[in-house]
Amino acid sequence: MIEARELTKRYGDKTVVDRLSFTVKPGEVTGFLGPNGAGKSTTMRMVLGLDAPTAGEVHVNGRSYAGHAAPLHEIGALLEAKSVHPGRSAVGHLTALAQTHGIGRRRVDEVIDLAGLGSVAHKRVGAFSLGMGQRLGIAAALLGDPEVVMLDEPVNGLDPEGVLWIRNLLAQLAGEGRAVLLSSHLMSETAQVADHLIIIGRGRLLADTSVADLVEASLGGVRVGTDEAARLGPLLAGPGVSVTSSGDGELQVAGLSAREIAAVALRHGVLVHELTPTGVSLEEAFMELTRDELEYQSAPASGRTER
Amino acid sequence: MTAIAAETRRTAVKRVTFPRVLLSESTKFRTLRSSWITLGLSLVLLAGFGAIAAYTYSPGGAGVTDGPPGIAGRPLDAVSLSLMGLSFASLVAGVLGVLMSAGEYSTGMIRSTLAAVPKRLPVLWAKALIAFGAVFAVTAAGAFLAFLIGTVGLDGEAIALTLGDDGVVRSLFGAGLYLGLVAVFGVGLGTLLRSPAGGIASLVGVLLLLPGLSQLLPDSWEDTLTPYLPSNAGGAAYALTQAEGALTPGEGLAVFAGWVAVTLIGAAFRLKRADC
Repeated sequence: MIEARELTKRYGDKTVVDRLSFTVKPGEVTGFLGPNGAGKSTTMRMVLGLDAPTAGEVHVNGRSYAGHAAPLHEIGALLEAKSVHPGRSAVGHLTALAQTHGIGRRRVDEVIDLAGLGSVAHKRVGAFSLGMGQRLGIAAALLGDPEVVMLDEPVNGLDPEGVLWIRNLLAQLAGEGRAVLLSSHLMSETAQVADHLIIIGRGRLLADTSVADLVEASLGGVRVGTDEAARLGPLLAGPGVSVTSSGDGELQVAGLSAREIAAVALRHGVLVHELTPTGVSLEEAFMELTRDELEYQSAPASGRTER
Repeated sequence: MTAIAAETRRTAVKRVTFPRVLLSESTKFRTLRSSWITLGLSLVLLAGFGAIAAYTYSPGGAGVTDGPPGIAGRPLDAVSLSLMGLSFASLVAGVLGVLMSAGEYSTGMIRSTLAAVPKRLPVLWAKALIAFGAVFAVTAAGAFLAFLIGTVGLDGEAIALTLGDDGVVRSLFGAGLYLGLVAVFGVGLGTLLRSPAGGIASLVGVLLLLPGLSQLLPDSWEDTLTPYLPSNAGGAAYALTQAEGALTPGEGLAVFAGWVAVTLIGAAFRLKRADC
């Protein structure tokens, strides 16, 4: 379990993480989403005590990271930037990490097999592809068989088989009751594996929601075209349903499916000439949430002529 | 799918302790090629230069009357001849230390290291101990080797000495101790500056350039301060005979160790306080 309370990081007068509070619960995959530069990696470094928060605190399994006598057994992490000396072999790297916790050679071999690195275990890490580097990082994260697993952009550089492997691994980890935090800037990829989402932009919390809720919220409504808008509106109204008139002969209905609206209209003999679901995709919902919070926004592609 | 859990899950959680950190750091040291290259190079430089100096020695001959900067101006003896490669070896030993610490920052390894040892300081102490132990062992051996090879070359010369002569063993051990401390100095500089290039540049500056710059000081200052400069103090530690105005071997070693300690304390503060 990871608990962040009012976590804040400032560099000079630039606030990178701004009073961020969230909880990563056991038995779930929590997606940590935000555009590039939103403060995801900084937050993760603060979880591991690599960066000190300017204000606020973050606890792992009830304690600050440095307060644990054997931290690799509490939380295992893959950080975005490569955190391995390229001159060392995978075995050498993992053995050195394992020895700090008295973890035996057998566990090192286990995580090498688990990550599918058996054939390159004795090669210098500098010769690894991006994907193999990610696998090594994940092997290191699992070394201490930790209760919490935190992965920063784990699918970066992985081939489709690797992506599938990560997805299954995350589901399995959560299924075993571990808390899993997974950062990404891609909603589509995260929504497939996550149960819960924490969305941030410019260091601030934008949404803390279950994937199911976000899907529902993003479904939007149905645009109904009819000449008898004034009559159909009250017929559709009910608990949990909102009907707004969005123009002449047009209604915007939320809370009913197109099929349900059609059934009501047929029952009352109202002619309907348009039924268009106006939902947005998860990706669009994410873009909508973070649009005002982008650190690096691209200008419209159409060139404006300078005078 | 393979099981993720360790077969021995939760039954054997062990704390992070200093001996474990020391073992981990020794594995890191052993598993990098640069460790073996720098150690080997310092051995070759010491033994090789020492042997060549002894074999090419001729009384009153030109070329070898000035030793390396650290022992310049002292009367030439068999020990200073056999330690002719020492200032080169000191750079290599220092580079070894810098690479041990700054190399972790330049590669990003430091994040893995400090995630495993969040108390941080044990990592610095372990690196310092390993750098000292490895370099002392190899360079003390190199100094003895250089002297013994040189003994053959100097056979019959007036300046020839044997291991049994006064101060010879102390000087050769002193050379190993000095070089071991130089490696620790490198570890400290690398941790302080977090960059291999910066660490190596400051190492060269302090060990080789500082003594030359001290000549710019007013004479009275120069005479007082010069013996206490890092490489001059270190030079006193392995000189066979105490030069005029120089420190005794014990004082020289203590003063140099003081410089190293100050650097390490600075490194410890930066390591403990700063984000990485």
